[in-house]
This record gives sequence, structure tokens and C-alpha cells, in this order.
Amino acid sequence: MEQTAAARMRPATASQQTGPRAETSQPRSSAAPAQVVFDVKDLSVSYGSHVALGGVDMQIHKGEITALIGPSGCGKSTYLRCFNRMNDLIPSARVQGSMTYHGEDLYARGVDPVVVRQRIGMVFQKPNPFPKSIYDNIAFGPKVNGMKVDLDEVVETSLRRAALWDEVRSKLSASAYGLSGGQQQRLCIARAIAVNPDVILMDEPCSSLDPIATARIEDLMRELQESYTIVIVTHNMQQAARVSDRTAFFTTEVGGETDDLRSGRLVEYDYTENIFKNPGDSRTEDYVTGRFG
Amino acid sequence: MAVATPQRSAERAAAAINQTAPSRSGGERAFAGVLFFATIIGVVVLAVLLIDILLDGLPRLNWQLLTSYGSRFPEQTGVLAGISGTFSLMALVGLMAFPLGLGAAVYLEEFAADNRFTRLMEANISNLAGVPSVVYGLLGLSIFVYVFQLGRSLLTGALTLSLLILPVIIVAARESMRAVPRAIRDGGLALGATRWQTVSRQVIPAALPGILTGTILGLSRAIGETAPLLVVGALIGQRASTAPWEVFDRFSALPIEIYGLIGRPQAGFRESAAPAAIIAMLVLLLLMNSVAILLRNRYARST
Amino acid sequence: MAAHAGGESLLRTVRPRRGEQAIVLTLKACGAISILTTVGIVAMLFAEAAPFFRQIDPRTFFLGTTWQPFGSDPNNFGVLPLINGTMLVTLVAMVVAVPLGLGAAMYLSDYASQRVRAVLKPTLEVLAGIPTIVLGLFALTFVTPVLRAVFGTDVQIFNAASAGIVMGIMIIPTIASVAEDSMTAVPSGLRESAYGLGSTRRQVVLKVVFPAALSGIVAAVLLGFGRAIGETMIVAIAAGNLPTITANPFSQIQTMTAYIVQAVGGETPRGTLSYQSIFAVGALLFLLTFTLNVAAQRFVRRFREVY
Repeated sequence: MEQTAAARMRPATASQQTGPRAETSQPRSSAAPAQVVFDVKDLSVSYGSHVALGGVDMQIHKGEITALIGPSGCGKSTYLRCFNRMNDLIPSARVQGSMTYHGEDLYARGVDPVVVRQRIGMVFQKPNPFPKSIYDNIAFGPKVNGMKVDLDEVVETSLRRAALWDEVRSKLSASAYGLSGGQQQRLCIARAIAVNPDVILMDEPCSSLDPIATARIEDLMRELQESYTIVIVTHNMQQAARVSDRTAFFTTEVGGETDDLRSGRLVEYDYTENIFKNPGDSRTEDYVTGRFG
Repeated sequence: MAVATPQRSAERAAAAINQTAPSRSGGERAFAGVLFFATIIGVVVLAVLLIDILLDGLPRLNWQLLTSYGSRFPEQTGVLAGISGTFSLMALVGLMAFPLGLGAAVYLEEFAADNRFTRLMEANISNLAGVPSVVYGLLGLSIFVYVFQLGRSLLTGALTLSLLILPVIIVAARESMRAVPRAIRDGGLALGATRWQTVSRQVIPAALPGILTGTILGLSRAIGETAPLLVVGALIGQRASTAPWEVFDRFSALPIEIYGLIGRPQAGFRESAAPAAIIAMLVLLLLMNSVAILLRNRYARST
Repeated sequence: MAAHAGGESLLRTVRPRRGEQAIVLTLKACGAISILTTVGIVAMLFAEAAPFFRQIDPRTFFLGTTWQPFGSDPNNFGVLPLINGTMLVTLVAMVVAVPLGLGAAMYLSDYASQRVRAVLKPTLEVLAGIPTIVLGLFALTFVTPVLRAVFGTDVQIFNAASAGIVMGIMIIPTIASVAEDSMTAVPSGLRESAYGLGSTRRQVVLKVVFPAALSGIVAAVLLGFGRAIGETMIVAIAAGNLPTITANPFSQIQTMTAYIVQAVGGETPRGTLSYQSIFAVGALLFLLTFTLNVAAQRFVRRFREVY
């Protein structure tokens, strides 16, 4: 059952070795193939007996923004939480298949999820600053990670990189709860940057923000792409089209013998341009043209 | 006739409404009144009790009562031994019960796996909350006085009261930690903090006002507890006062002194000295509860 | 593993987090203290009461009608008078507390406005926070004289009725709050559909809310019952110290709890039969309240499951 589903997916998904549909077209000018950060093979996540997401194969490339899109319940957030092992925190969750980070199995015995999360940061759907000062929000990560750095400096650079410095420089000791929603989200991005990660995962980071704040975060992502690999879950197709280099489209299908439990599947993964202009699967086309979802 | 029939039936209907309406709404109103009476009677008794105590006790409440030891004469007696004992007990109980209760709450709320041992612990805590306080006294007498050889000491009293209020503190601390949004924990963990780092630096500080409120409520319960201290052998009406560090000395407590006063044959002890000492105890309780409410309100405003 | 063999691992800890493990273990130990407490209670009651039952036939203890534990006649260790005293006071308390507590619960859940609730609920909680020694003195110096004024001098100075009445008042908040929780948990849809059928508020409360919340109400009554049985200072002060078998609430009696306080107050030496009898009575008391609490929790869980 599991296998047939995966097999059915494969023609639509990218070939495992060469990356997403490399043979069809290469819209961007990158001549050399980008370094692979995450290599995902036949990954599935289940909660108890319910398979939330099944049979995902995907490679995520260094310095790119990868967008995960699809209707709600398609498992894209669940999938994102596999990259930094946040699913470990849900007792009933089980991850199967393989997921490597720079060639090293993320789920191997002996891998420390705490170290994983130091390297792979995350920004959440709703801004979740700590109920502390702006300064303390940024300083928390470097402190707990035992980084031997000048905290004042880290706070300033992180806030600058998150394009928040000018707005908060005079009130670093004020509570983070006094900031607007958009500012809070940029603070959370600054907080993630402060621990000097390699990858930043973003789980619908703009879903609770207004269009102006959203635009600022999107600009910020473009700038951060210089130094970080970014994976973003979004329900906003325009956002995926605007910011991402590659896009993965997920959908839901009946996940077991019972019809009421639906399970997420990766339908198609390709350069963003291809996904939106020349999708390889009719379901992708239906979704991006707004016919369903 | 043809006209009269509908008219008469309308009249009859109106009469019927007039008949049922008052009786029905009267019954409704009476029922509501009975329920209101049931609710308010507790409040009325509370008021009567306080007035009664104030009328009896206020004339006798003076500095002398608070600063002298027991005496054969009702007008010269005092509850200093009880006051010093109660303050010492509270200091020790706070010192022991707060960390233990918080530790247990943090374990159950943040670390415990959902297994049989955890469920046993939880069921056990709610059962302990229902164990009569006099049974805790027997525990203290048997285990602390005799098995641990601590004697009828201040430490025995403090240990006994600590066990007694532990469930109160655990339940309150868990509740206030549960109120801390999950997003705060996720945020900490996603930055590469360990569970304990996240809990100790984010969750506990955010929940602290609630935890402290619960601790104060637990302590104020301990202040009024009489039976367990009687059972472990608190002194009644003697010239002994204890500082918190004199843990192996015999001790008294405010409610114990009050019990002693009530038991004396002369009416002056029971009818004025005891109510006066009760006022002192209630003022102490009022102070502690005000602090708890203040903390709770500040907490409610800041989040 | 391949990358690990080739170079330094990116994802493993440099050193194990021993400190963190030690902290979690310490926290677990704090939690275990609650279990140790229960174990301690059961063990000490058993250890101290066992020698008592080696000398006193359990049949004499449970069926005997004379309780004179300060002598040495083994026939005078019949616990029935204490049970009678406890049950008499408890009965009075429940007669007061059950109707008033449930009435208050109905009022707070279905009648009171938000503002009235906000005032009445904390005030009732204050009542629950008054030290019982204060209530004991109130029973002795206020309620008993009132009873004597109404019913005459048949009412003894120390009597079950005044202790029971005050105890009942004390238990109102316990019963009211647990019962109210279960009544507010009744889905509003049930109420609305009954109102939609033209029911009055009284009908909705009595015929819809009350039955739907029944398991929570039973739990509330059981919890109140347990508190009444275990209450000590009110009865020790106001109900007297005369173990008697009687149904007259105006007469002096002795409860199990009052006996424990009376006996240890005399600093009965350890190892004597009287000392051991304290623990035999304590064990019985613990067993009764424990059973009531467990039963109450069952019912609480049931109403939590339903809604």
C-alpha cells in the first residue's frame, strides 16, 4: 500500500539522484549543481496509526529558498518539522525513511536533537517572542548554546540583519510584547539568526501579518538567502512564486483503509518557474491556477 | 352567537394565561430566590462569624497579647510562643515545600512521559489532597518523631505541614505552567536550547507569579492547621518561642495557642483572649492572601 | 554514518548532558515524594495498628459498643461509639451542606450574572479558607447558645448538632465548586434546545442540567462527605469527648478524629495499647476517606469524559 503510493508518485516527482527535473529546463543561471543540504528519501511521518505524510523524496540545495505549498492538512508543516526534529516533541509521532543533512543521517542513533536545532533554526507561524525584553530574546540562544561571543554585538548584528535594528535600537530593554506583529516576527527571525544556523525553516511566517509586514519579511528572506538555506511553508502561492527558487507541491489523499484519515503526499517538486508555468502534474496545475485548494 | 363564541374562547384563553402566568412565574421566582438564599447563606454566616469574633476579640487585642507568653490570668496571657512558632514554621515550610512542590510540578508537566508511573503519581496527588490533616499528624508522629528520631520538634512540625500542603503547591504550579503557551517552549527548543534550559529560563519565569500565588495559598492553609501539630506534639501555653534555626526545639503555633485558650476553664480565655488571637491570625491570613491576589492581578495584566 | 567516519559529526553532542540528566532525576525524585508520602501513611498506619490487633480481637474493635481506651480491659476497645459520633456529625453536616451547596452550584451556573458570580465565588472560597479552629470556637460560643435558646437545655454544651451545622457551612464551597464545574460543563446546546421547547429556567436547571451533571454532583457530595469525616478541630472543640452510641444530635459525642486529638494530647506513651489504638482509629479513618476520594475521582473522570 505504502509502496504503491510511493511508486505512483515517482514519475511526477523528481528523479532522486539528479535533483528536480534537471533534464527539462534550467531557468536559473547556476551552472554548477548546488550543494545538497538535505537529502530526503521515502520519508513518512505517522501519528499513532495515522500516516500524516508518506513517501517523500526530495533534495534541498544550499543557498536556495525552497517553498512547500499545498492545501491545508497536506502534511507540509509536519514535513518541515522533520528537518529540525521538532516532531520528536510529539510523543505519538514517528518518522520513517531517511533524511540526511550534509550526508549525515538526521535520525541516526546518537544524533542530538539539541545540536540539530542549533544548526537548523525555525521561525513559527505565529510570532512567538519570549515574554522578555528585546535584548533577552536575542541573547537567549547564544547564551544557552554556550557561544563565546560579545552578546551586545550579536544582538546588534542579528537585529540589523533582520532589518529591525533601526526600529528598536533605542528600546532594547523594552518587552518584546510591545512590538507590532510584523516586528515580532522579524525579532523571531533575528533570534534564529543569532545562534548562527546553517538553515532557517519558516512555517507560514507571514500568515498572521498584514501585506506591508509580509512584503518586508519577503525582502528579508531574499537578503538572508545570501548566507542561509531557507525552507518555507506557505499557503500563499504568490509568496512561493515571488520568493522561492524551488517549490514542492503537496496534496492530501486517502491515507489508509479508513476514508476519514487523509494523508499527505508530495506531488511535484521542481524549479518554481516550472511549477507555476509548466507543471508536470494536472493536480499541481489545478492548484496553482486556483481550480482547487 | 356566532360572534360570541370566538370572543368567549379568547376570554377563556386570556383567563387561562392570567391563571397560569402568575403561578408559573411565581414558582420561577421562588425557585430563584431559594437558590440565591443557598448561595448567600454561606456569605451571611461568614459575616456573622467575623462580626462575632471582632466583637469578642477586639477589646482584648493589644500589644501585650502579642508580646507575652501564656499566663494563669486571662487578662495577662499572650500568644508570643504561637506567633514566633508560626513564623518559624512558615519559613521552614516555605523553604521545603516550595522547591519540592515546584520540582514535582515541573517534572509532571514538562518531563514525565505519559506512562503508568506518571498516572499513578497524578492520581496519588489528588488522593493526598483528600487525606484528613489529622492523618498527616499521625504520619509525622510515627515517622518524624519516632522513626527519624526528630522528636516533637519544630522540624517535625514543619516537615509534617510541608507534606500536607505539597499537593496544593503542585496543583497550582502545574496549572500556571500549563497556561504558558506551547509556542514559548517550541521557540526555546527551536533555538537549540535543551528542555531544562527552556523550562528553567522561559517557562518557569513566565509561570512564576502563578506558582508563587499557589505557594502562598498553600502556606496560608498551613498557618491555620491545628490538628496535625497537636498530634505531633506542639506545646500548649508554655513559655517557649522558637526561631526558624532552632529546628530541634519544641515549638508552638498560633492555632495551637488558640486551641489552648479555648480549652481553659475560665471564660476570659475562651471568650476574649481566644477571639483576640484569632483576629491576629486572620489578619496574617488576610495579608498573605492580599499578596497572592496582588501577584495574580499583576500577572494577569502583564500577559 | 559515512560523514561521521569521514570527518567530524555535525549533529552529535560533544559531551553528554550529565547535568541535565541529573536535574531531571532530581525533579523526578521531587515527584516521587508524593508517592513516598502515601506509602509512608499506609506503612505507618499498618505498622502501628498491627500490634493493636494482636491484642484486641478485630471483632471486638469493629462490633464492640464500649470505647474506654485509657483502661486496659480489652473489651472496652469497641470503635462503634466513635463511628456513631462521626456519622451523626457528618449526617448533620450533609443535611446542611448538600442542599445549600447544590443550590449554590445551580445559582452560580445558571442564574447568577457574570458580575454576581465574580463577587460570590471568591467570597465562598474565603469561607473554605477559614481555619477550622475558628469555626470550632464559633460553633461552641455562638451556634450552641443559639441552639440552646431555641431548643432549650436539652441541648448539651458540647453537642453533635452545632459542630455538624458549622461543618456543613464549611463544606458548602467544596460541594458548590465541584458541582458547579460539572454543571457549567453541560453543553449549552442542551440548555438551548430545552429553552427552545418552551421550558422555564427552573425546568431547564432541574430536568436538563441537573441530570446531565449528575456524576459531577455525586462526586461533589462524596468529596464533601470525605471532608466531613476527616474534619477534626470543629468536632474536637464543639462536639465533646464522650464516646456514646446515640441518634440524638443534641447530645455530647466523640468522633474518630476528636479521639485522635484527645489521645495524643495526653501524650500517650508509645507502645501502650492506647497509643496503638490511635493508629487503629487513624487507619479506619484513612480507609474511609480514601475510599470516598477514589470513588469521587471516578465520578469526576466520568463527567470529564462525557463532555
